[in-house]
Amino acid sequence: MGFSSSCYGRKMRNSMVSWLEIRLWHQEDFSLSPICEPEQVTEPFTAPGKGLVAMSVVTVQLGQCGNQIGYEVFDTICRDLHNSQGFCCKRENEVYQASCKEHFFNEERSGVPVARALLIDMEPKVISQTLLKAARSGRWKYGQHSHFCQKQGSGNNWAYGYSVHGPKHEESIMNLIQKEVEKYDSLRGFSTIMSMAGGTGSGLGAFLTQNLRDAYPNSFIINQIIWPYGTGEVIVQNYNSILTLSHLYRSSDALLVHENDVVHKICAKLMNIKQISFRDVNQVIAHQLGSVFQPTYSSEGSCQYRRNPLGDLMASLVPHPEFKMLGLRNIPQMSENSLSYTTFAWTGLLKHLRQMLISNAKMEEGIDWQVRPPLLGLPALEKVPHNKESHFNTSIANLVILRGKDVHSADLGGFKDPALYTSWLQPSDAFSEWRTHRAFNKYEKSAALVSNSQFLLKPLDTVIGKAWNMFASKAYVHQYTKFGIEEEDFLDSFTVLEQVVASYCNL
Amino acid sequence: MAQSVVVQVGQCGNQIGRCFWDLALREHAAINKKGIYDDSLKNFFRNVDTRRNGDGVDISKGKIRSLKARAVLIDMEEGVVNEILQGPLKDIFDSKQLITNVSGSGNNWSVGYKVFGSQYRDQIVEKLRQTAEHCDCLQCFFIIHSMGGGTGSGLGTFILNVLEDEFPEVYRFVTSVFPSGEDDVITSPYNSVLAMKELNEHADCVLPIENESLFDIVSRINQMVTSGKPGTTVKPESLITLNEGGIKKKLQEKPFDTMNNIVGNLLLNLTSSARFEGSLNMDLNEITMNLVPFPQLHYLVSSLTPLYTLADVNVPPRRLDQMFSDAFSKDHQLIQADPKHSLYLACALLVRGNVQISDLRRNIERLKSALHFVSWNQEGWKTSLCSVPPVGHSHSLLALANNTCIKPTFIELKKRFTRLYKKKAHLHHYLQVDGMEESCFTEAVSSLSSLIESYNELDVTKGLPIHDPLRLNIVI
Repeated sequence: MGFSSSCYGRKMRNSMVSWLEIRLWHQEDFSLSPICEPEQVTEPFTAPGKGLVAMSVVTVQLGQCGNQIGYEVFDTICRDLHNSQGFCCKRENEVYQASCKEHFFNEERSGVPVARALLIDMEPKVISQTLLKAARSGRWKYGQHSHFCQKQGSGNNWAYGYSVHGPKHEESIMNLIQKEVEKYDSLRGFSTIMSMAGGTGSGLGAFLTQNLRDAYPNSFIINQIIWPYGTGEVIVQNYNSILTLSHLYRSSDALLVHENDVVHKICAKLMNIKQISFRDVNQVIAHQLGSVFQPTYSSEGSCQYRRNPLGDLMASLVPHPEFKMLGLRNIPQMSENSLSYTTFAWTGLLKHLRQMLISNAKMEEGIDWQVRPPLLGLPALEKVPHNKESHFNTSIANLVILRGKDVHSADLGGFKDPALYTSWLQPSDAFSEWRTHRAFNKYEKSAALVSNSQFLLKPLDTVIGKAWNMFASKAYVHQYTKFGIEEEDFLDSFTVLEQVVASYCNL
Repeated sequence: MAQSVVVQVGQCGNQIGRCFWDLALREHAAINKKGIYDDSLKNFFRNVDTRRNGDGVDISKGKIRSLKARAVLIDMEEGVVNEILQGPLKDIFDSKQLITNVSGSGNNWSVGYKVFGSQYRDQIVEKLRQTAEHCDCLQCFFIIHSMGGGTGSGLGTFILNVLEDEFPEVYRFVTSVFPSGEDDVITSPYNSVLAMKELNEHADCVLPIENESLFDIVSRINQMVTSGKPGTTVKPESLITLNEGGIKKKLQEKPFDTMNNIVGNLLLNLTSSARFEGSLNMDLNEITMNLVPFPQLHYLVSSLTPLYTLADVNVPPRRLDQMFSDAFSKDHQLIQADPKHSLYLACALLVRGNVQISDLRRNIERLKSALHFVSWNQEGWKTSLCSVPPVGHSHSLLALANNTCIKPTFIELKKRFTRLYKKKAHLHHYLQVDGMEESCFTEAVSSLSSLIESYNELDVTKGLPIHDPLRLNIVI
């Protein structure tokens, strides 16, 4: 591939640099606050002996999926937090625990940590269940007034979630968010958890993301998106997906995607679960997210934990607004029983992770070792159609997060190879690494990869294809036009997403 | 949580309704051990303190005092409704929920629709409003009726119109019992076709039922129960043909009760995921959203499995998979149809009990290659997982199919109609009713023909090679 001096590459580099500068500026300016409270400009709070307080991120759990997964995320984080098997010294463990608590929980007088989350759904069953489960754990809970729900759901109808529920409950929901935001000295951003397939997470989620962008223009927004199983959970899931993705692309900063099919395979093949439930799937997703967002050191050799991991992640991985689709891989992954008698070496783990990256393997089993990066200096290969399985996965930017024993001995040279990346970013800009001694969730060593690459090209293309196929026959469209989403809106969404596909395809 | 109201019209509608309410109480009694009025009960029942005067004050939380069904019972004869009010269910209904007459509709759709419709319109609207006012979020009306008679068919479809006018935002799910070939009501084809036009135009979703199918299912169960073969002892409370009254007083069971209980179970399973919790909920509005790709194609073929549970404790996974296979066999459909050999537009699987997403996916993978799906909906599956199983079972499955296999039912109906209409047989009984003209008949049969034609157009595409439409071309 080489450092192409093509017109496209130059254009990318120029527009990307200015984007990068803007985002970095936002990251470093501590005095920025949400636009609706100009008076509340505060200095970052410094707790004695603790270092600077974490930048706050509010998690918004949307719909059944968002709330079920959100619960597992906080539960996993809490378990890890209390895990004595940190494979590090006691002092380090304590600092980790303190940092983790600061990031994800508020202290309450009762002593039980309160999750920094809001629960939103249009029907009450799931929220009731979620609140109950958290309270029963005894180790953490949700805030008493941290939820909003209605009596009737969105009926898997994106248009209903976006055009009916959205405007109707806009004021109440934004007030709820504002109340939560007011608890923090400095808000950094929002992380929403939602599925694309249904009506609330997808439709109301898209509406809400737009609102967040308007109300808090200086805060970042990342959407954790659950990509549905290819074979129906919901028949209109492809319509709901393209409408969601196209709208989020306009207002959000990054979309971190979790694919149900992939996680399901991980449960089946790596964790050996026989009768896989949604709970199992959700716990794997929670583990993967935890491995990314639990405290990490702010830089090489530092003893301070990163204050703004989410912001740093986005600054590293999203250098250009045309490319926002992030994928996540985490190894190793196995059942708890196997964990206790397996040992790992960094060389083995990183070799696998690198090959997973370049061959676009979804998990640690069945990796195609034949795929190789193109050789430097040779003429650029003809663009291989993106639906060919053995196509090499080109990256824009990658972030590898290592946790556990001997983490500083791990060699990440393989990820700095310029051949892995597009021409318009130097590997020094394209690759970031975070290393932390303290092990995560009982894994002596674990490596997570968050990648802005062609990982999601094929799934995206597939969903667009299926949605287009259905749209051509106009099936189900009347259900959307009933609530104000016209054929024009569908076409706009298709256009936006075909553009995204083309951009990623041309890397 | 949203609420539903059941509107039972005519003799058949009220008999089925009675079985439904009996089963609903049994289901809630089995699950709700603490006697607390919870959200799941709220869907179909009010909690009332009857010691106070008047309508009884609604109690939204706390202990169950007196449950009242969210129902309106309508019949132009008194027999069935009176029986209900004197039977074991009398406490869940009150007189304010009824509309009755003595004369009956004489198996004449136009008497039911035109005569009684206009006569009782105001009363009907008033009763519906009262029932709706007791709901803080009314989501759905369930209409239960038969197509072949006069009241259920005529007045029932008139009420469908009223519901659309007065409550346009509330879904209308209709459970319609279609007449069988050897129906003893000679004019049933007229009544059915006239009613079909109303269903075409005013229902959100129709679940057609045929007595023949219910009868076949009952026979098969009876065979099983009485066979005496080793290892075939059936758990009595698991039979989908028995209700609470039935368990206790089997001998006094009404002849149609066994069949009606199947329909009662259909309605319970349809609403289970909306009432009870699960890992993948399905609300009633999701049913129309996913299963009705075009407004006029809203007829869903349903099947229920298992029909009974054997008494032995172990449930090997093979039996779970058998449940899925059975749902697609023509023996389990509630109308005379074979979805497997026709074209699927969409399919929903509503699973209850200890079944997980992997079981569901494994079975979809296994079965889908034998099924034909329309080209634009190759993965047209809608699924739900409700944690609470029905009484007596560890798991159950309700399959709803939007499938062209329903076309023969409509074609048959049209044939029978034409046979009568050609000879103008019994037509004068209809035309002498104020407001009825021959155009009513021609419009009705035309509506039915166009529906059949829509299914024909889809059937033609079955088996043809699929060409994906060209995608949008983007220039970078």
